[in-house]
Amino acid sequence: MLSNITMGQYYPVDSRVHRLDPRIKLILTIVFIVCVFLAHSFVGYLLLTAFLIMICRLSCVPFRFLLRGLKPLRMIIILTFLLNLFFTPGEDVWLAFWIIRITREAFLQALFYSLRLVFLVAGTSLLTLTTSPIALSDGIELLLSPLRRIHFPAHELAMMMTIALRFIPTLLEETDKIMKAQMARGADFESGNLLSRARAMVPLLVPLFVSAFRRAGDLALAMESRCYHGGEGRTRLRVLKITRNDWIACGVLALLLALIILEGIFLKGVLF
Amino acid sequence: MQTDAQVRLEDVSFTYEEASSPAVSHATALIRPGEFVAVLGHNGSGKSTLAKLMNALYTPTEGNVVVCGYDTADEKLVWEIRRRAGMIFQNPDNQIVATVVREDVAFGLENLGVPTEEMIPRIDKALDAVRMTKYADSAPHTLSGGQKQRVAIAGILAMEPSVIIADEATAMLDPSGRLEVLDTIRMLNRAKGITVVWITHFMEEAALADRILVITDGEIKAEGTPAEIFDRVEEMQQMHLDVPPMTALADVLRKEGMPLRRGILTVEDFVQEVEKVLCPSKSAT
Repeated sequence: MLSNITMGQYYPVDSRVHRLDPRIKLILTIVFIVCVFLAHSFVGYLLLTAFLIMICRLSCVPFRFLLRGLKPLRMIIILTFLLNLFFTPGEDVWLAFWIIRITREAFLQALFYSLRLVFLVAGTSLLTLTTSPIALSDGIELLLSPLRRIHFPAHELAMMMTIALRFIPTLLEETDKIMKAQMARGADFESGNLLSRARAMVPLLVPLFVSAFRRAGDLALAMESRCYHGGEGRTRLRVLKITRNDWIACGVLALLLALIILEGIFLKGVLF
Repeated sequence: MQTDAQVRLEDVSFTYEEASSPAVSHATALIRPGEFVAVLGHNGSGKSTLAKLMNALYTPTEGNVVVCGYDTADEKLVWEIRRRAGMIFQNPDNQIVATVVREDVAFGLENLGVPTEEMIPRIDKALDAVRMTKYADSAPHTLSGGQKQRVAIAGILAMEPSVIIADEATAMLDPSGRLEVLDTIRMLNRAKGITVVWITHFMEEAALADRILVITDGEIKAEGTPAEIFDRVEEMQQMHLDVPPMTALADVLRKEGMPLRRGILTVEDFVQEVEKVLCPSKSAT
């Protein structure tokens, strides 16, 4: 349980998608999100679906991992579908009885809106599935580093992410230890209603917080003694390099974006 | 002024901000290059404070601490001092920064601004020196305490220090981990000539040093080779320090009239001496 939490969603295999530069992947994910919002017809959605399936195949991530990312959002997706289905005004009535009235326009809008959500989640899941948290924090740091000129703490943000990732397993282990110690003395974390269970967490959280603060103090001292003085003048062990594959990925996304825009101009209103 | 000192404490006092009495008072000591010096003291004796003074984490309220020729009071020299005097702390978990061993070893080098191409051989060398090459790509939380401390040592070693200050580096380890770390440090001291300041409350560890400084209530009360120090049995006991059991036993026997030599530290020493006294003919052959 402990080891897989550190890695978050990351699916550790070596693939062409995994090896892409995290900066490029971040930017391309944003481009993909833009594409999702620009798509207005069946053709557009087919293009997006084809693209997602292609990336999924290329990344060697099993399709069910993508679906797993959708699971927590299934209620929202279903709700979006139903609300749009019942409350969108339209002309071409397919079904009407009592107060329910389903039109063609409403059905299409419901379908597209919920698909849009699915694509958004799937696209961003693909990013986190194929990029390790550390690479992601590197990518974010480097992408945000131009903002340092306006005193945006890009390096500090990335350092905080790294340290958080480093200490998640340590603190989990500690939680486990404290929990067992409290249970050995008769604490009950499992029974009772929500309120009493929340109250049972207090004796767990207090020592955990105290120890986390002590750890933070120790770590700060250790970092200082190893000459840490912020991001200024720092070099990096991991250097990101943009390779040919990165350019190809950019090309593919540019093509997708162009096709979606063309589709928006020529097919809007034809099928929708 | 002696120039050959690696660490020089000149009448150093240090008082914590809210404390009424100083944690370290009027400490004067000299640590020579290549020496293995143990600083021995019980809990709250001020030995950790002394360690932090040597790494410029604290600056003395009185007196001077000079490390490798640099005065710690000079703020501009802080980084020069810290790259030369590496420090290992007590808690193995709380001094590893990165999520991969190799990257943690790189942390100090990244801070110093070492170019990437130069970093890789230095990391490999440091990991090899502490025999952790096999774990270069492991996550720190999967390692044992002794291994984590060795990673911490590698992180210091990559910065090519001339002094390593270990602040109770073995206090939280099990016996085998303790041995692992101690062996690594002694090997570095002997093979690479790195000066070691070993802060501890374990007698057995102090006994392995070239020289011991005994600290109580912030004052350096005694100084000498392990044999000299542990021979002052009663004095040590007054300072709430345990004398190694064999030394204490030899002391009792000597008082009872057994002509044992002074400076017995280990069981082997003791057996040899007793044999010499009880059957002189056997030990002669």
